[in-house]
Amino acid sequence: MANYRANLMICGGTGCIATGGMKIKDALDKELRERGLENEFKVVITGCNGFCAAGPIMTVYPEGIFYERLKPEDIPLLVEEHLLKGRPVEKLMYKEPEKRHTVPSMNEIPFFNLQVLRALRNKGMIDPESIDEYIARDGYQGAAKALTEMTSEDIYTTMKESGLRGRGGAGFPTGLKWEFCAKVQADEKYILCNGDEGDPGAFMDRSIMEADPHVVLEGMIIAGKAIGATKGHIYVRAEYPLAVERLKLAIKQAKEYGLLGEDILGSGYSLDISLYLGAGAFVCGEETALMRSIEGKRGMPIPRPPFPAVKGLWAKPTVLNNVETFANIPQIILKGADWYRSLGTEKSTGTKVFALTGAVNNIGLIEVPMGMPLRKIIFDIGGGITRGRTFKAVQLGGPSGGCIPEHLLDTPVTYEDITKTGAIVGSGGMVVMDNFNCMVSVAKFFLEFTADESCGKCTPCRVGTRVMLDKVTDITEGRGKPEDIENLQDLSRDIINTSLCGLGQTAPNPVLTTIKYFKDEYDSHINEGWCKAGVCRDLVTFYINEETCTGCGACRRACPAEAIAGDKKIPHRIDQAKCIKCRSCYERCKFKSVLTGPGSLREELLKKEEVKA
Amino acid sequence: MAKLTIDDLKKIKEKHHAAFAVREGGNRAKITVHMGTCGIAAGAREVMDALMDEMSAKGIEDVIVSTSGCAGFCVKEPMATVEVVGEPPVKYQFLNPEKIRKIVNEHIIGGKVVEEYALVVGSETSY
Repeated sequence: MANYRANLMICGGTGCIATGGMKIKDALDKELRERGLENEFKVVITGCNGFCAAGPIMTVYPEGIFYERLKPEDIPLLVEEHLLKGRPVEKLMYKEPEKRHTVPSMNEIPFFNLQVLRALRNKGMIDPESIDEYIARDGYQGAAKALTEMTSEDIYTTMKESGLRGRGGAGFPTGLKWEFCAKVQADEKYILCNGDEGDPGAFMDRSIMEADPHVVLEGMIIAGKAIGATKGHIYVRAEYPLAVERLKLAIKQAKEYGLLGEDILGSGYSLDISLYLGAGAFVCGEETALMRSIEGKRGMPIPRPPFPAVKGLWAKPTVLNNVETFANIPQIILKGADWYRSLGTEKSTGTKVFALTGAVNNIGLIEVPMGMPLRKIIFDIGGGITRGRTFKAVQLGGPSGGCIPEHLLDTPVTYEDITKTGAIVGSGGMVVMDNFNCMVSVAKFFLEFTADESCGKCTPCRVGTRVMLDKVTDITEGRGKPEDIENLQDLSRDIINTSLCGLGQTAPNPVLTTIKYFKDEYDSHINEGWCKAGVCRDLVTFYINEETCTGCGACRRACPAEAIAGDKKIPHRIDQAKCIKCRSCYERCKFKSVLTGPGSLREELLKKEEVKA
Repeated sequence: MAKLTIDDLKKIKEKHHAAFAVREGGNRAKITVHMGTCGIAAGAREVMDALMDEMSAKGIEDVIVSTSGCAGFCVKEPMATVEVVGEPPVKYQFLNPEKIRKIVNEHIIGGKVVEEYALVVGSETSY
């Protein structure tokens, strides 16, 4: 009998065999044979060793090293390190439960460690219905300092030096806006908060209003002092009932503490804030339309100049700021402009909150320093694309924004750099898209929104968005023509140049950016009648590649129309007459065997079936 | 309630830390259920109900139960954060009434983190 250097006892009990014990044996045999070691190490299958939960297990004698939870891919390493070099592989060895796998700490998870919380500093930390908890985290200290130690000029100069830009999307320098208003003489002035957050998919402002309502009030008090406001309003959309409730309570509590009302903190400054509910119009997020809405008029923008800072609500000097902008203000007053500038870039200082959503693994609300590359946000913080799909585009800025493709992912997120791509940073909505999204459909989705929300005042916007929508719809339904692309671009330019407000001025952006970066998709819709992502039902045929199909049946089980025929291990086939183009099979197949073809393919395949029958 | 002065603000801050701090005041732990719209939509109210029920069934009186808004990681809701004296806060994910009861028994009473439900340990950076 040969003298073995070691015995490798692999558990052959039923439990371990069920978890793959024999595959371990096969892998081990193969590896030993390949290295010419089969006469030096003996592989023995033993009976059940009792530790079934840890299987497949292997004990190496004579050392008595116990390996657990083995996988075939662990074997080459194990043979190399332990058997040849005499170094047992720690990570495969049995570990006591406490040492097995501890919960990672925040500084180990990119989702958390890459964020810096400023506007969201109270995120998840306080009870939003307790003003005391807000005060305990330095709440109203900024207002106290601004009201008792600073003049109006001190305040807006600090804001100017901080470089804070409006977080609602336009990115106008906040301090500058305050200065314009402060310098106007008037008996009444207004400080307004824009809580209308209309972008589909954006929820930054909702989160701040629900979770930290007092920071909005504190920001408004400071801004009010800076411009000399006599009254404040928060315009919040009615679709945010929890935010409305929390703000109402916060205002009541602040009033009780004398933090709103007459002579706040004994400073001599008085401010009252009331809540005003929106009524479902996206356009009322635009500042002049918002002010008309508060005045009881139909929400329609008016020409500027005169700017609201000079003549706004009720024709009085008014400053409107976004919720997130206000959330940054108390800290800037307390810690100074230099502190705020210490993050971000020169022209885009500080941090920005994003609502990261779509095809990423880590969906949520994040706050990052300006200047962070998109790639880092999507892949490190966002944890990459779900379901093993590939990145296609990231949509920034909602219906006013644009889609950014893969080759531009190293773009740092700053106002200037993103604008160069044709998109905008916007209010912070960041929707990630994968290879199962059709970019023409995406453009259509946003156009449906803006065409619906157009107030109607300007003909190019009212009619133009509708015409653009009809054209894009034609393209998605097989009626597209080659000249449509140029027509859409011309129409876009006209709408942008002649619309009075931001809605019309930006509505064509999704179309322009998708044409710029995904022209091939428009071309295949128009020229080939083929939606390659499988979204536009008139322009796609699903069929199975019978050479690669393994007959696993996943598609057949997923099909709601019972349109797939096939048996286990036999290539399946889709019955084109029954197929409703729901795409379930395409999404389920793990063998890349469900393919898409142009819409016209359906007829061909049906004819083929007829001929056979 | 009287109108506050600046000193009053500071006093409230100190008093709050004393009463609610997980250290003085005899409280040995604090559990916060995150109830932003994302949490509520995912079932945080049921989690909260189960939590209150289990705490009272087990007669626990020296643990603060609190709510807060969205924790930021919306896809993992319902979430709760457990802070025990002397230990870093632990954030739990994908909770339901059954899991929260287990957390009360194993973490709050037993002192051991329920690793299979835990997302992360620690506090966030803000500066």
